Amino acid sequence: MAEQLTFDQVSRVAFLARLELSAGEKTRLTTDLNGIISQFERLQELDTDGVPPTSHSLPLQNVFREDVVLPSLSREAATANATEKRDGNFIVPQIMED
Amino acid sequence: MTTTYEPIVGMECHAELLTESKMFCGCANAFGGAPNTRTCPVCLGLPGSLPTMNRRAVELVLRTALALHCEISLDCLFARKNYFYPDLPKGYQISQYDDPIGKSGYLDITLEDGRRKRIHIRRVHLEEDTGKLIHAGGNESEVDYNRSGVPLMEVVTEFPPDIESADEAKAYLEKLRSILIYLDVSDGKMEEGHLRAEPNLSIRPAGTSGVGVKTEIKNLNSFKSVYKGIEYELVRQSELLNAGEPVRQETLGWNDVSGETYHMRFKEEEQEYRYFPEPDLVPLHFETADIEAARADLPELPDAKRERFASQYGLREYDAGILTASRPLAAYFEEAAAGADPKAIANYVTGDLAKLLNASGQEITETKVTAAHLRELIMLRDGGKITNNSAKAVLAEMFETGEAPAVIVETRGLAAVSDDSAVAAEVDKALAASPEVVAKIKGGNEKSKGFLTGMVMKAMKGQARPDVVNRLIDERLAAL
Repeated sequence: MAEQLTFDQVSRVAFLARLELSAGEKTRLTTDLNGIISQFERLQELDTDGVPPTSHSLPLQNVFREDVVLPSLSREAATANATEKRDGNFIVPQIMED
Repeated sequence: MTTTYEPIVGMECHAELLTESKMFCGCANAFGGAPNTRTCPVCLGLPGSLPTMNRRAVELVLRTALALHCEISLDCLFARKNYFYPDLPKGYQISQYDDPIGKSGYLDITLEDGRRKRIHIRRVHLEEDTGKLIHAGGNESEVDYNRSGVPLMEVVTEFPPDIESADEAKAYLEKLRSILIYLDVSDGKMEEGHLRAEPNLSIRPAGTSGVGVKTEIKNLNSFKSVYKGIEYELVRQSELLNAGEPVRQETLGWNDVSGETYHMRFKEEEQEYRYFPEPDLVPLHFETADIEAARADLPELPDAKRERFASQYGLREYDAGILTASRPLAAYFEEAAAGADPKAIANYVTGDLAKLLNASGQEITETKVTAAHLRELIMLRDGGKITNNSAKAVLAEMFETGEAPAVIVETRGLAAVSDDSAVAAEVDKALAASPEVVAKIKGGNEKSKGFLTGMVMKAMKGQARPDVVNRLIDERLAAL
């Protein structure tokens, strides 16, 4: 039996993902996520020694583009969806850390 | 009682790659320009857009990894480094985590006292650069995504680090920069942020081993600030420990004006990046044959070139080092030295020409003095057609006008006076004007001859060859 996910851990993950959840939602998600984890527990029973981790399901590698410049968007188009803009810049709330 | 400490320094360097286009889209990789004029749905992180790897960027990182003697990961993945900060609009940076393109390499540095040291390298990986935030005052920041998605290479030194002083850190950075420029991987412009260095530093009592709690310095944009930042942190951490205070693991900024580090955040405030394999990019795989082809294609690197210059041209190690600091300079020297005395060429390139370049802020690639003209100048001098003094004057004029040396010598009338009778007349005058000096020489004071030589040279306006003047003085004195 794996360690159970706690309410605090769920709160932390929600914070990292910028999700604002009520206490009720967090309680429900804690239960749900623990249910999901216990399902994965069953998969752990399989012998996967010598099986490399799968990061992609497509049988493809080395899909490149050549180093060629293509037209960019106009500045107007690029900033069209910005909630705030000025002189061609996106405007965001100041971040204090630097 | 105070303890003397020494620093142990790890280096994380980022270099923007010299590609035409960005890492995952076709927007131009350029510097400056009006904000947000080089963006598209991919580098703006718009929903539904998909990244595709720039082949050239992968080749440039492979080339660097090979030049730094790294093992190449035959199979590697890109990974998402998740964080929320408006410098990247996607909410993550595409980077590499497990299996970087290059690992376990090294670079050899040469210190000013001639000592060599091997600095081990942990990883060389490929990622994308972020956009730029400009704090606009008030509670706002302006964001420009022109740089977002520019191919960025990260080179990280091994842990525990080999670098044990600010001098070694500077030598490491200079060497890395010179290799990247040699490889045509980066332009190495630190002042434009194309090459960035983040040293992390801990201290230990001098002469002991091990590492302490480290701090990392960000925002260093010159060799000088890297040096000063490390020196500053060494003192700051030493004072803390000597006062019985702990060093806290933290990220520091660097204020170039005050010459001090300042607190940015503590370790506990660091982001949790939650890396996972980038699902939008398929894996990267290198064929051994392609790796060997890339290895065979590597240009001659600074160390090899320096050693060759020293042995092939008989140059001093120091001069060979200066001449091989950049590829264009080395190429210029080799072109000029073909058919002339290499040592004389080296003296001019590292001496008078270097002075003129420095004074005018020009690079060797910009000067009007072609390598062929410099060779002609040295040949005119060595052939006795002009004196050494005239050669310097001719070079200064070549530097201004780009004229051929022979033309300048002709139009300025700088040709050395080879007519013995003209020189002899001045020698006779000098002897007649200075009987007391002649008496001294006759009395065995050989040094006083220099006075006569000076008089004659002055009278000849520097255009007499000193060897001719000295020979004639000797002849006339002997005849007295």
